[in-house]
Formats: sequence, C-alpha cells, structure tokens
Amino acid sequence: MSNKEWPLWEVFIRSKQGLNHKHVGSLRAADEEMAIDNARDVYTRRSEGISIWVVLSSNVFASDPSEAPELYEPSDSKIYRHPTFYDVPDEIQHM
Amino acid sequence: MKEEDRAILEQNFQAKIDNDIRIEPNDWMPDAYRETLIRQISQHAHSEIVGMLPEGNWITRAPNLRRKAVLLAKVQDEAGHGLYLYSATETLGADREDTIDDLHSGKAKYSSIFNYPTLSWADMGAIGWLVDGAAIMNQVPLCRCSYGPYARAMVRVCKEESFHQRQGFEIMMTLAKGSPEQKAMAQDALNRFWWPALMMFGPNDAESKHTAQSMKWKIKRHTNDELRQQFVDVTVPQAELIGLTVPDPDLKFNEQTGHYEYGEINWDEFWQVVKGNGPCNKERVDARRKAKEDGLWVREAATAYAAKKKLRKQAS
Repeated sequence: MSNKEWPLWEVFIRSKQGLNHKHVGSLRAADEEMAIDNARDVYTRRSEGISIWVVLSSNVFASDPSEAPELYEPSDSKIYRHPTFYDVPDEIQHM
Repeated sequence: MKEEDRAILEQNFQAKIDNDIRIEPNDWMPDAYRETLIRQISQHAHSEIVGMLPEGNWITRAPNLRRKAVLLAKVQDEAGHGLYLYSATETLGADREDTIDDLHSGKAKYSSIFNYPTLSWADMGAIGWLVDGAAIMNQVPLCRCSYGPYARAMVRVCKEESFHQRQGFEIMMTLAKGSPEQKAMAQDALNRFWWPALMMFGPNDAESKHTAQSMKWKIKRHTNDELRQQFVDVTVPQAELIGLTVPDPDLKFNEQTGHYEYGEINWDEFWQVVKGNGPCNKERVDARRKAKEDGLWVREAATAYAAKKKLRKQAS
C-alpha cells in the first residue's frame, strides 16, 4: 500500500469583509485547489468565512519559543512607547 | 541533555501549566506529555471517524427528507471533527498515515460505544441524545486543556456538537409522543444505549491509570466518575420529561447530595468491547480498512494530477 501522503496545508479564513485572514487549522490535500475545496468543507460549514488562504505548511517559518525572552523582553522595558507614560494636565483635552 | 537541565525544563513546563499558560507545538514538553496527548487525541479522532459508521448506516433510510438532511450534516460534522483532531496530532509530530494505520491494525483504540449496532431508526435519536451528550460532557472541559491546538479544536467541536445532541433528543421526543410502537422503539433504543453511554466516561477513578497524571498536566480537568455523575444528573430528568424510563432498577435521587445514585456498571462487558470482542468491532475496523484501500487509486490519481498540473504551469 502506498504510504505517500498529500502535503500539509495551513488554512487561513477571513470571517468577513474588513477583517484579517486568521489561522484556523490545517489539512492535507494534493494541490492548492484541492486544499481550498477541502478547507471550505472542513472549516466553513457554518458561515465562518468569505475568503480562504492556504499555505503549504513547509513554507511557514516560525520563531523559536526558547528565544522569546531575548526577542520580546526589550519591548517590555520601553514603557515610554505607550501614551500612558506621559503626564498631561487634566484640563488638556483631545490628546 | 544533562539531567539537571531536563529537571529545570520540566519545572518551567509544570509552572506554565500551573499558571494556566497554554503549551504550543514548538514549546518544550516532556516526552510523556507528548505521548499522552498523541494517544488521547488520536483515539478521539478515531472515535469521530468510526462514529460515522453506525449513523451512516441510516442515512438512506431516514424517515423523511428533513431527517435525512440533518443526519447527513451531522455525519459530515463528525468527519470534520476527525480531521481537526488528526491535524492536532500532527502538530505533536505524529505521522497521520501511521496514526490511521494504528487504528486499522487494532493497536489504537476508539470509543467502545461505536462497537454497538444501530438496529432501528430510534438509535439515531439515542446516539445523538446520549452518545453526543456524553461526548459534550467530556469535551467541554477539554476546551481548557493545556495543549493549545487540542483546546482550539475542541472549541470548534463543542460548538458543533450541541446541534447533534438536540437533533437526537428531537428524534426521541417525536417517537416518544408517537404511536405505541414508536414509543416502544424509543424505549428500546434507550435500553440498549444507556449503559454503553455511561461506559463512555471510562473506568472508575480507582481503575483509571492515566487520570492522576493527566489532571496534573491539565489535559483532563475532571475525573471519569465526576463526569459520569454529571451526565446522569442532567440526562435522567430529560428522559422523564419525554416519558421514557432509564433502564436501571437501582436508580434513585438522593435528596441529601442532590445527585442520582445509579446501579453497578457491567465492567466485564466494557473491557470485552475495549479488547475487541464487542458486537461490531471487526465490522467497524474492516469498514475503515476497506475505505482506505478502495480510495487508494483516487489518492494516487490526485497526486499524479497535481504533479502534472505543476509541470504544465512551469512550462507555460
């Protein structure tokens, strides 16, 4: 019996016009057309979307979770990037 | 990896779990956590897929077009649930083909309830009401499971399951209000599916070898007996409301505890079915195997067509 599997695809769905495509899961399909057809059947049976993207999972590159501290901590320390860092007198409006 | 490094990683891992921080596919996790999840999620996926068989049996004989469309949609949902879950096992590094072959070789288990036959149309009602009802009881806490992809798959599954349970209850209610023969059909289905539904929650807590560790890892949030009790408590009044009798002479409501007390479950039967000796074990696995073998040429043709199309695109 053949053990050749169809490639894995990641599925992104736009739930309505004006919103981002959002990752919803993955599936296997022989090519992109079949991946879209399958994504429609698997992930939009209850009006969850109006547009589908499929991306070969092998084309997704992810950051390494063990590097999270080095990558994201520097932004935690820069509280001056947030408007609440600054004192403004109460009388000032529209700011 | 050095022993002390592993100890630190395990400590950090457990600290995340204790703080309700979800574990995602690329995060470090102990091998045993990964293996437990692969076992549990693949069993769950197999249950969804095998679960299509007893119901698929009645699609062509549904009593009217509405019931047929509903049953078809329900069975299609089960296929979808199986796919969400197989995908979740793949995020843990399990190979899908191997996972499916484990079902076909008998190495992997699935919910023992699907090894019972569906003898009448009323069984479609009993399955939706009791089997999907019990499944929901099990699955709602899994929406908060510590492993992200499993929890997210369960959120989708739970949203869809509640239609399954309602359509089943509606079938039972309609039959129970019908002719004496129809009511007897509903009662007969309840008689046959009640005890297997209680067994769906798995062995008693004292016998359940995985429960303690799974609860520590927050894969499981409640014990088998807690969930079983919850199921009995909500289901018995539903049966009473439509005039059906739960087939348990020992069943009684305890005013003090606010819970129903129920009779002894036949665990010999449970273990017999789990070990492969239920009424339909062989038929179910044979059907899955045949589906895979008969579909082989289709899968190969699709692969060949995709390759050809790609070549043509490159040439143009």
